Amino acid sequence: MKTYKYITIIVVIFTSLLFVQCSDDDDNGNVLGEVTCDDGIKNGDETGIDCGGSACEPCAVEALDFSGNFQQEDQMGRPGINTVFGTTGMKDAFNVTIPSEMGAAFQSSFESNLMALNPDYTTNLLGLDATVFTTVLASDALWVAETGVTTYYNGTEVLTGRNLTDDVIDVSLILIFGGPDGSEKPTLTSDFVSSNDATFSTSFPYVASPF
Amino acid sequence: MKKTKFLAAIGGLGLAALSVFLIAADHIDAPAVAGTSTDITDFYAFQGENPDNLVFVANVQGLLAPGQPTEQAIFDENVLVEFNIDKTNDLVEDELIQAIKRNDSMYFFMPTTNSQTGLTSTINAATQIGVVKISTTTDVQTSTNDDGFKFFAGPREDPFFFDFVQYGEILAGNAPGGFNNPGSDTFAGTNVLSIVVEVPKSKLGSPTPGANPLNPSARLYNAWVEAKRKQ
Repeated sequence: MKTYKYITIIVVIFTSLLFVQCSDDDDNGNVLGEVTCDDGIKNGDETGIDCGGSACEPCAVEALDFSGNFQQEDQMGRPGINTVFGTTGMKDAFNVTIPSEMGAAFQSSFESNLMALNPDYTTNLLGLDATVFTTVLASDALWVAETGVTTYYNGTEVLTGRNLTDDVIDVSLILIFGGPDGSEKPTLTSDFVSSNDATFSTSFPYVASPF
Repeated sequence: MKKTKFLAAIGGLGLAALSVFLIAADHIDAPAVAGTSTDITDFYAFQGENPDNLVFVANVQGLLAPGQPTEQAIFDENVLVEFNIDKTNDLVEDELIQAIKRNDSMYFFMPTTNSQTGLTSTINAATQIGVVKISTTTDVQTSTNDDGFKFFAGPREDPFFFDFVQYGEILAGNAPGGFNNPGSDTFAGTNVLSIVVEVPKSKLGSPTPGANPLNPSARLYNAWVEAKRKQ
């Protein structure tokens, strides 16, 4: 039934076009074959419908689709926080908790994990006891200085950013195992890997070419 | 050679230790994201070559094998990576830079007023601030916008370094002597996918003091990165 309607419409259109052509004695006899930029079809050397090619305006770039809702699956501020202090069954939850709610949700379990890693922990090089230290770490955001040196730790400045070259593992190990002056448990306060295996650029994009 | 050593190390540790072995920094840090395209491996934030700028680096999909064609290292068009910057010490982001792949390029957005402070995000296409063609090993592409932002996306060498094998041995109780000297970088020779944005500090605005209880007068941004998947 629909097919009949469709055919009828086409027939009507063609009939009317023929009528136009036949009734117009002044044209050049080529109305049906003329290529224009507003005829609603892709013809001539057009690259799209009525666009592109030698005669028409360029075709618009196809609009990109950025729609939809995006749901959080992973989160990271400081290096190794979830890896070291997250407990089995809580690591996924940590990744889908917003930082403003992390402290209340995870500080006590972080403290338990710290004491399990180093039962001798009293305080560390920053002078932080177990509760204060894990309170700082549980809210997983990286501090970044507005001005001046940015570094995880460079011997003077501490926790003002993170450079590609920073030995964040040794910093973490010292703060966990090194005691108040960093000298305790010396076999656990450095992994003796002090630099990356590729050289970074001093210019954008800074990270090194892939292997 | 490095790959062989890497795989031998994994074999030596045994399957039970594998999940412990492969996590460090934030690489494969939790069961739900391990090995997926939303797995953030690392986050860096530092002053740029131009001291008026800050640089943010998010790495995803770690431990890409050495020598593997980087064409196999592909950003996921369903994964939105977000750089969050809090300036008021409430750990709620005040500035947000979003990055997502479309076709051969990475698109960047920076909503002027951030109403997306939770676990779900959308993209307002009108807030686009930049785009850069995704680089390959041989075709390195960067872009700069009128405000002085710089953009990069593509496979890079994993900047993380750690003797994670030995750390695993220590945790397993197999290494009473602690770390070896010298250690062995477990991440040597592996690649990641990097997204790098350089931002003029003037476009972020100044943070209020108080983030660091040890240095309360310091003006510090609280920064973190999130990976979100299209539902």
